[in-house]
Amino acid sequence: MANIFAYAPAPESRAVVNLAPSYGLFIDGEFTESAGGGLRKTVSPATEEVLAEYAQGTAEDVDRAVRAARKAFEKWSALPGAERAKYLFRIARLIQERSRELAVLETLDNGKPIRESRDSDLPLVAAHFFYYAGWADKLGHAGFGPDPKPLGVAGQVIPWNFPLLMLAWKIAPALACGNTVVLKPAETTPLSALFFADICRQAGLPKGVVNIVTGDGSTGAALVAHPDINKVAFTGSTGVGKAIARTVAGTQKKVTLELGGKAANIVFDDAPVDQAVEGIVNGIFFNQGHVCCAGSRLLVQESIQDELLDALKRRMATLRVGDPLDKNTDIGAINSAEQLARITELADAGEAEGAERWSPACELPGSGYWFAPTLFTGVTQAHRIAREEVFGPVLSVLTFRTPEEAVAKANNTPYGLSAGIWTEKGSRMLWMANKLRAGVIWSNTFNKFDPASPFGGYKESGHGREGGRHGLEAYLNV
Amino acid sequence: MPTTVPAYGKEAAGRLASMADVTASNGALRRFLHGLPGVDAVGLQARAATLGTRSIKTTAKAYAIDLAVSMIDLTTLEGADTPGKVRALCAKGVHPDPTDRTAPKVAAICVYPDMVGVAKEALAGSGIHVASVATAFPAGRAALPVKLADTRDAVAAGADEIDMVIDRGAFLSGRYLEVFEEIKAVKEACARPDGSAAHLKVIFETGELQTYDNVRRVSWLAMLAGADFIKTSTGKVAVNATPPVTLLMLEAVRDFRAATGVQVGVKPAGGIRTTKDALKYLVMVNETLGEEWLTADWFRFGASSLLNDLLMQRQKLSTGRYSGPDYVTVD
Repeated sequence: MANIFAYAPAPESRAVVNLAPSYGLFIDGEFTESAGGGLRKTVSPATEEVLAEYAQGTAEDVDRAVRAARKAFEKWSALPGAERAKYLFRIARLIQERSRELAVLETLDNGKPIRESRDSDLPLVAAHFFYYAGWADKLGHAGFGPDPKPLGVAGQVIPWNFPLLMLAWKIAPALACGNTVVLKPAETTPLSALFFADICRQAGLPKGVVNIVTGDGSTGAALVAHPDINKVAFTGSTGVGKAIARTVAGTQKKVTLELGGKAANIVFDDAPVDQAVEGIVNGIFFNQGHVCCAGSRLLVQESIQDELLDALKRRMATLRVGDPLDKNTDIGAINSAEQLARITELADAGEAEGAERWSPACELPGSGYWFAPTLFTGVTQAHRIAREEVFGPVLSVLTFRTPEEAVAKANNTPYGLSAGIWTEKGSRMLWMANKLRAGVIWSNTFNKFDPASPFGGYKESGHGREGGRHGLEAYLNV
Repeated sequence: MPTTVPAYGKEAAGRLASMADVTASNGALRRFLHGLPGVDAVGLQARAATLGTRSIKTTAKAYAIDLAVSMIDLTTLEGADTPGKVRALCAKGVHPDPTDRTAPKVAAICVYPDMVGVAKEALAGSGIHVASVATAFPAGRAALPVKLADTRDAVAAGADEIDMVIDRGAFLSGRYLEVFEEIKAVKEACARPDGSAAHLKVIFETGELQTYDNVRRVSWLAMLAGADFIKTSTGKVAVNATPPVTLLMLEAVRDFRAATGVQVGVKPAGGIRTTKDALKYLVMVNETLGEEWLTADWFRFGASSLLNDLLMQRQKLSTGRYSGPDYVTVD
């Protein structure tokens, strides 16, 4: 669609990021080589350009990191809370100071639009460190006893969809409570964690308090299985979550798992329609749909189905897909070839099973990994796209007639991470919220995050809560 | 030469006629207006803010600046207005930048009714419209016959466009039908002996309507009554045009055309002073309504100081340097 007012390209400069050709592991305050000497490459999903090499951590490296963390734990946990807070505040401020650099880096490595890394990710990352810095000297008032103790060494494994934000969700509460950590970032997005390691050094954080071990799934498995860690925190797929649960079963390790989701976004006929359309778009197309709490199932009341879908399609036609570094891009690149293959496979299955597929006309770049925003209508509970997590920009539309039916359909999923309710009627909103089996329920909004608000799931979406006062419990001996 | 009104087909006329029963009584009108989808304030503001982060540069910026200039209703609405001041403003409207004749002319000059004749004469042959604020502007607190006489005077003096204010008191106390009938009567008063009519812009004074729901309702009310344009505010109160209110009105005209086939224009007025702000409004039009509305026929800025900032930005784009307030004319 030619537009007389087409926006000229507005690319953010990548000159603010100084990438080294190769990165080692961050253990005991130093960057070191991997014992195995193995190297992996991380690419920009938008261009398939190799950004840097990084070390493939081995079991031996993991052991070295855990020993460093154990040694550091003694002094770190003995510090007064106010002292730990100083470090966390310093880290938070450094993140703010370097936020442009980190946003560009995150967009390069992950493929998400700069608009989101700049306006959503980085402000939230800093906010999490500020928030938990505030808790560090008030743990006795958090409701877990007068003097709750840290657990020890936390082994943390994070996903590729919000690399730096997930790091913040894991590291900030752990350090505030007095734990030390060994963190393994995802294999397709290791860079921002390595830049964070540099921020730890800049902040003068004592050696060994934060250790970053990069690598693939085997590195994560070695970390989770290490006998000397006290706590496992994982965000990622349900499949890997189950494997982790089996590994730690029968040990003394505490575990929190934040896994997949298949959230229902429920729109009633009295909803604020224009805002509901924005909420649906934000629910499923935010971060290319790479969001575990994405509103991937739209449940719309039958009486407004046509009207709402027309409005949604009209809105989807204005989404700008392309160069993630362009400030006007709404939807960036799919994170990896593997993920693109999985989204393609599930979308094809949706079509094969009889759902009707629709995408706005949009030109996708020639290189890199791309998937157009996609809508499926005529979806039933029996379709794979209504049951399995796509983790991509694919929305399934189902309908309902009564609030009871909406609740039944929304809850009829193996997952239970989030849900959305759109209605002007407060009593119905609260009635629904009580009946939905999901950890986070948004009303007349979607995908809103705040460090003070707990986040976590029911059923196969995992257990434990991150964020808020509840998030402290996962890192305290209570 | 009033703004051309497209001839709508029989289908549109039929659809509009079928809406007639919603204005049969105050009760029916209230039920209809209160049955419109609600507005979630947080969501509306968030959307307006997101649209405000679009980055408009180089060719797009040059195009948008000229577009914005051509959409301005250059306005002087002071008690101290003189014929000399109005003539100066008209001259500026024709050639906004004396140093650069490629600068587009503005859409209209907006004055009080007693200045319409002066403006009309000064603008003869320029193609620029004369808009006049009638109906006891800005408070709108006068008897209907007075408002209609005000309107007829302005039309008789040659006004191409009438900017009327609604009776906010009647609207806020739920006398919707009264407001509806008043707009209809003013629209009729816009008629000329030759069968043509001045274009009617209906001003809501959204800063006084308190809620976004009210803004959506009053938008539909005015469009049902025959408004050619809906306009946010007079520029005479504390809160004038804001991005969320304008976005909401853009959504209302979009929905109204979908329902009736009738296209209505939108005019934010008051408080839009910088190029940056103006570009944000154009982005809202672009992404909410698309290019059909991106002309002076369907979108206007009610502004007086915006023009100079647009001109300075325009000079910056062509010379690479900022000039300063002394390189554009004061009025």
